[in-house]
Amino acid sequence: MTEFLAQHTPTLTHWLYLSTLLFSIGLYGLLTRRNAVGILMAVELMLNSAALNFVVFNRFCAPATVDGQIMAIFVIAAAAAEVVVGMAIFVALYRYRGTVDVNAMDTMKD
Amino acid sequence: MDQLNLGFALRNAWLIPAIPFCSFAIVGLFIAPMSKKLAGIVATASVFATAALAYAIAWEYFTLFPAGAAHPAIIPFSFEWLRYQPGLSVTAGIYVDPISVLLMVVVTTVSALVHLYSNGYMHGDEGFGRFFTYLNLFTFSMLGLVVAPNIVQMYVCWELVGVSSFLLIGFYYQKPSAVAASKKAFIVTRFADLGFLIGVLILGYQGYSSFPSLQGSIAPELVKYGVTNLQPIDFLYINHPLVLQSLLANGGTIMGVSLLTLAMVLVYSGAAGKSAMFPLHIWLPDAMEGPTPVSALIHAATMVVAGVYLVARLFPSFAASEQALLVVAYVGGFTSLLSAIIGITQDDIKRVLAFSTLSQLGYMMLALGVGTMAHPLGYTASMFHLFTHAFFKALLFLGAGAVIHAVHTNDIWEMGGLRKKMPITHITFLVATLAISGIPPLAGFFSKDEILAAALGNHFNVLFGVALFVAGVTAFYMFRIYFVTFWGPFRSHHPEHAHEAPFTMWFPLAILAVLSVIAGFFPMAEYVSIGEPLEHEGINWAIAGPAIGVAVFGIALAGFFYSGEAKRAATVAAAFGVLYRVVKQKFYVDELYIFVTKSVIFQFVARPIAWFDRHVVDGGVNLSGFVTRRSGANLRHLQTGQVQTYSVWYAGGALFILLVLWAAAMGR
Repeated sequence: MTEFLAQHTPTLTHWLYLSTLLFSIGLYGLLTRRNAVGILMAVELMLNSAALNFVVFNRFCAPATVDGQIMAIFVIAAAAAEVVVGMAIFVALYRYRGTVDVNAMDTMKD
Repeated sequence: MDQLNLGFALRNAWLIPAIPFCSFAIVGLFIAPMSKKLAGIVATASVFATAALAYAIAWEYFTLFPAGAAHPAIIPFSFEWLRYQPGLSVTAGIYVDPISVLLMVVVTTVSALVHLYSNGYMHGDEGFGRFFTYLNLFTFSMLGLVVAPNIVQMYVCWELVGVSSFLLIGFYYQKPSAVAASKKAFIVTRFADLGFLIGVLILGYQGYSSFPSLQGSIAPELVKYGVTNLQPIDFLYINHPLVLQSLLANGGTIMGVSLLTLAMVLVYSGAAGKSAMFPLHIWLPDAMEGPTPVSALIHAATMVVAGVYLVARLFPSFAASEQALLVVAYVGGFTSLLSAIIGITQDDIKRVLAFSTLSQLGYMMLALGVGTMAHPLGYTASMFHLFTHAFFKALLFLGAGAVIHAVHTNDIWEMGGLRKKMPITHITFLVATLAISGIPPLAGFFSKDEILAAALGNHFNVLFGVALFVAGVTAFYMFRIYFVTFWGPFRSHHPEHAHEAPFTMWFPLAILAVLSVIAGFFPMAEYVSIGEPLEHEGINWAIAGPAIGVAVFGIALAGFFYSGEAKRAATVAAAFGVLYRVVKQKFYVDELYIFVTKSVIFQFVARPIAWFDRHVVDGGVNLSGFVTRRSGANLRHLQTGQVQTYSVWYAGGALFILLVLWAAAMGR
């Protein structure tokens, strides 16, 4: 098994398929979830796919440097901060409206 | 300017319009709301001061250029008012030449006396302060018009006098007839001014085109008269022989009429509107709705002669285009005849005077029209008649005002027998009536004589005949109202309680009566002329004799018909039947206007245009509004407020662009 894996190391293309898959799942979740927390999770997926891209390109295109990995860490940090703010808003919203269903959040229309 | 060595008054000539303007502003804004009496005093005093200055200017000007010598125009004061581009700017200033001096004197004198008179006449009126404010405004505008050195300043002031006239005719704005009359006057004169404006534009454009090539040969000779900044719209430029030559040579023709003639006829249409020449005369009789002092000042002595003044001001241009001058002459003659005939039949004392004003204005226009640059006696005669007419016609109106003030009616058939009740008014009115009838040695005789001599001298025999006939008719209808008003029995209960006018009213009458007597002895020919000064000719008895003859005949006829109970007049009027009715209805000119405007223009021009405007123009605008609203209403459904919906569009759009780019990349 390890030998098989050693012989068939994933190439750039594979990683990009994975990243695209992650992004698409995230986008699907973003568009279909009703629950705001679910949407937040979907956004996390999309961010992770972007972070993965950074790492993968760093590994295959410029292995001598660590720029992409540092960017990935930035993305994780930003995502964490975003989750904190987002969850705080949702908690406040829940207290105020009693729900976090985004379909109910359409008061800006009028 | 230093070469001329101007005196104090000429150096400060700018005060001439400035004093009435300041007085207008101060009285209107501050004094009139505070104290009516003070408003009257300040307004009157300011115009008297202006009059004093005008006399000083006249004195200094004619000292500088004594009688019998040439009288060039000088511009003692001017400043740049509007600058359009190098070579075209509008100056405002003071233009002093014999006719502007003459008009300054006439306007300030009559205006001052009318102001004084109004203190008595308008006493107790609610709009006392407003009245004096308007009078001051008018005096300012009229003086601004008189001293205008260029055609733009004249046009601006021309409209300003129109506005003051409008305000004063409609002074009793509670009366619908006064409002209608003021609108009529304003609209008719505005309509005429359209022609004036087009004429001004043609002259201005032509002047601007020829300016670069001619400026060099014209401007230097004018510098010593104070013209430092000659402009193509200045009268000194427009009237210059070189400019007129160039315009005649290069102007071309439009529909067989030279451009100069066209421009001058258009300018004349403005003058005809202001001076109420046929067929634009219809506003003047109605303008009598205004207070009587206004009729005396504006609609007899000053504003209505602005048209005559304009033609005189542009006389060299009119003379260069002979056809334009012929139009002036014949329209003037016709108006004079027509309105004299109408004047016979009117019963409202002020309307008779209005028609007589029309007739005398026609005389002045006729006199200008028969002049030429080679034989300019008509020019002098016209200005002479303007001068004398201002005095005796103002006197007639003020006298009529005194009568109306006393009997509270305008209808001469409700007056009668006022001779004993109002002796001063009676005597002064008689003097004015004799003056306008042309009885020597009163003022009207001399100026009329000069007009007749001018017409005959240049071989306008038809116009001479018309003028002579009109002189007789004038004497007849003037003595008609004189006899009916002052002689005979009391024709109603009104005159029984009549009393003589107060001092502020009879004093101006007395002054004007004196002026009406002596004004004719003024040797006008030595002072006012165009080109070379005229010799002061004696009276030509071959002309004066018949003129006196027809006047005496007219007076005798009036005495025969209208003294006593005036029963003979009614019989004769009945004998004329239809003819009399037509004349009494002023030849139905007003009705014709109503017919043309209401039935023809409204029905066949205005209505279709209104329909087009409402349905096509408005419809187009409404359609675009409708389309915008409907598409907005439909598109608003896209705005759900759902972030996820927006995201779908966003993601779909991104995908679409991606696919397009990809397809493009594949295709390449």
